[in-house]
Amino acid sequence: MSLLYSEVEEELRAAVRGLLADRCPPAAVLKRIESDPYDPDLWKTLAGEIGVAGLLIPEQYGGAGASASEAAVVLEELGRGVAPVPFFTSSVLATRALLPTGDALLEELAEGRKTAALVVPFAASPYRPGAPVRVADGRLTGTVTGVAGADVADVLLAPVDGRLYAVEEGAEVEGVPSLDLTRPVATVTFDATPARDVGECDLAEVLGFGAGLLASEQLGVAEWCLDTTLAYVKERHQFARPVGSFQAIKHRLADLWLDVVRARAAARSAATDGSAVSVAVAQSWNAGVAVHAAEEALQLHGGIGMTWEHPVHLYLKRAKASEIALGTPGDHREALASLVDVPGPE
Amino acid sequence: MDVNIKERVAAFLAEHDPDGDRLEFLRARFDAGLAWVWYPEGLGGLGAPRELQSVVERELAGTPQLNAGVQAIGLGMAAPTILAFGTEEQKRRFLRPLWTGEELWCQLFSEPGAGSDLATLATRAVRDGDEWVVDGQKVWTSGAHHARWAILVARTDPDVPKHRGLTYFVCDMHAPGVEVRPLRQITGEAEFNEVFLTGVRLPDDLRLGEVGDGWRVAQTTLMNERVAIGGAPVGRGGGMVGVVLDAWRAQPELRTHDLHQRLLSLWVESEVTRLSGVRLREQLAAGHPGPEGSGMKLSFAKLNQELSGFEVEFARDLGYDDDWTFRRSEGVDFYGRGRGYRYLRAKGNSIEGGTSEILRNIISERVLGLPSEPRVDKDVPWKDLPR
Repeated sequence: MSLLYSEVEEELRAAVRGLLADRCPPAAVLKRIESDPYDPDLWKTLAGEIGVAGLLIPEQYGGAGASASEAAVVLEELGRGVAPVPFFTSSVLATRALLPTGDALLEELAEGRKTAALVVPFAASPYRPGAPVRVADGRLTGTVTGVAGADVADVLLAPVDGRLYAVEEGAEVEGVPSLDLTRPVATVTFDATPARDVGECDLAEVLGFGAGLLASEQLGVAEWCLDTTLAYVKERHQFARPVGSFQAIKHRLADLWLDVVRARAAARSAATDGSAVSVAVAQSWNAGVAVHAAEEALQLHGGIGMTWEHPVHLYLKRAKASEIALGTPGDHREALASLVDVPGPE
Repeated sequence: MDVNIKERVAAFLAEHDPDGDRLEFLRARFDAGLAWVWYPEGLGGLGAPRELQSVVERELAGTPQLNAGVQAIGLGMAAPTILAFGTEEQKRRFLRPLWTGEELWCQLFSEPGAGSDLATLATRAVRDGDEWVVDGQKVWTSGAHHARWAILVARTDPDVPKHRGLTYFVCDMHAPGVEVRPLRQITGEAEFNEVFLTGVRLPDDLRLGEVGDGWRVAQTTLMNERVAIGGAPVGRGGGMVGVVLDAWRAQPELRTHDLHQRLLSLWVESEVTRLSGVRLREQLAAGHPGPEGSGMKLSFAKLNQELSGFEVEFARDLGYDDDWTFRRSEGVDFYGRGRGYRYLRAKGNSIEGGTSEILRNIISERVLGLPSEPRVDKDVPWKDLPR
């Protein structure tokens, strides 16, 4: 299996990147985040015209039947744009949970007519899955915090004890201030809420799959930070020279570039083979690289990097929040201990 | 092509007995074009895609092998440079015995005053009819003590700026005036040498490339050197991390939580570095060489140093698991010998073949397009530079 990008993937990338450059540049994201971060029209175009909503859904349900590595390329671009759209939460996580059930809802998700959210904390670990929701007589009860994408979801999908339940009405969804302004989180409360049992759900598998693809979004975040910082240090002059001509700056950027190069290989590996080892490697590396890239970007922009008006803070917030999403780097390294036989102390 | 190459190897094996004379076997393998398949026919290759080499290596795994340690400089640096810049005659003369190991090579580049700033080198080559007369001193010359030939960069014009007055030669290490003195290293052994060149006469047909074009030719050597040091394919969990993992698995009683966390981090970094090497080779095979190569040696050096340091700490052994006796080494050995040796030897990984600082400069300027530091030596004739 190749770690390079296919032509189809590059075409998909170009389409998404072009649309985001037109309709969702960082300045536009910045303008919207405090009121209503999501741009429904943008999502409509992405989901419907470019067809990203149904990428992972087989053709028999109206989707594109594409592979994870194509979804990964979309995520790279969405990360690069810190785009506030529910692709990851609805078209990746919720969709993956729904796929084995073959439920009719898949067709609505494929067309982008509806979006769904998986009711688990976004920080849930694939290695210790579970959410505090109980089911009795077809009704759900419980409160789940930190649910990403719930505020814009038409359907909530709650995994409980190996089954998946769909809730369209009656749940309380309360947005809370989120560290990542571009991916809001909410508290979801069920109080004997009627739910439809849609089938079996292997939550650990779903979260692991999501973790592997999240590495591609983190790569996109890191790439934007590196590219934007490079452009800045070439232009910004101090001591009568471009800041980027000082070795102290150049060496940091060379090291960062090398981290990003390796993040690209790790993301491709997780997207193309999807094995538990590849996922754990990609998450334990890429999560840190995205945070480091954003931190370097902020520092190397000097004072302007610390302001609200410069978009670098959006990337830092996205990077830091996604570092703890779907397992921290430490969780993934711990998993590797048994996956690749590096046993701990006895 | 895949089936084709397997057939060729099978046909070769039907003709030549791997259990017979080692040298005869290697010579025949070279002549069959199975030395390095991407080289031209007649020069050890078949003009085939480079990725087929791994098929050949797999098929010939149980047969006589090259000595990678002593032959490293010949195979990794001299051969690709001779291939790129040598005359037909030079290629035919040098490549076969280089590959079979009958003639070993060393590299006369660095000098006491010219390491990272290699283009300031002062070893002179002065033309005398059909010959060049070479005088100067080289240093950090691995394996000069058993080398038959050397690749040499010397100054042929002191009146032009430093990069322009250099010429590249093949140096006959048996010529009168070549004196090799061991340099004892921090490991106790002498893998490196100082080489003194006094009135060494080299015929003009040992010149590689044009007069004054030595810097460009040397760039080819240096690029190949970095790939040879940092870009060798390893399997998951192989290389230095594999050595450390063996020790880790063998001694559960020494494991601690802190070391476990650190080892897992190093394992991950080794794996992502390995994956980018895989990606780099895929790009090369597809004909799109990426800039990733510039980073491979940098990450290799850092990982080797951290892992070998980790291993010493893990073992809690205050002894040196080798001895400090002065000895001449057989070849470059990054992983063999004991952990104390590995720790000390790995310190050289960020210095030899371009320091990590120079590699960061190369990445930031040539890959990332950042401006260079102000230069004071660019347009000054070499002879007027302060020394």
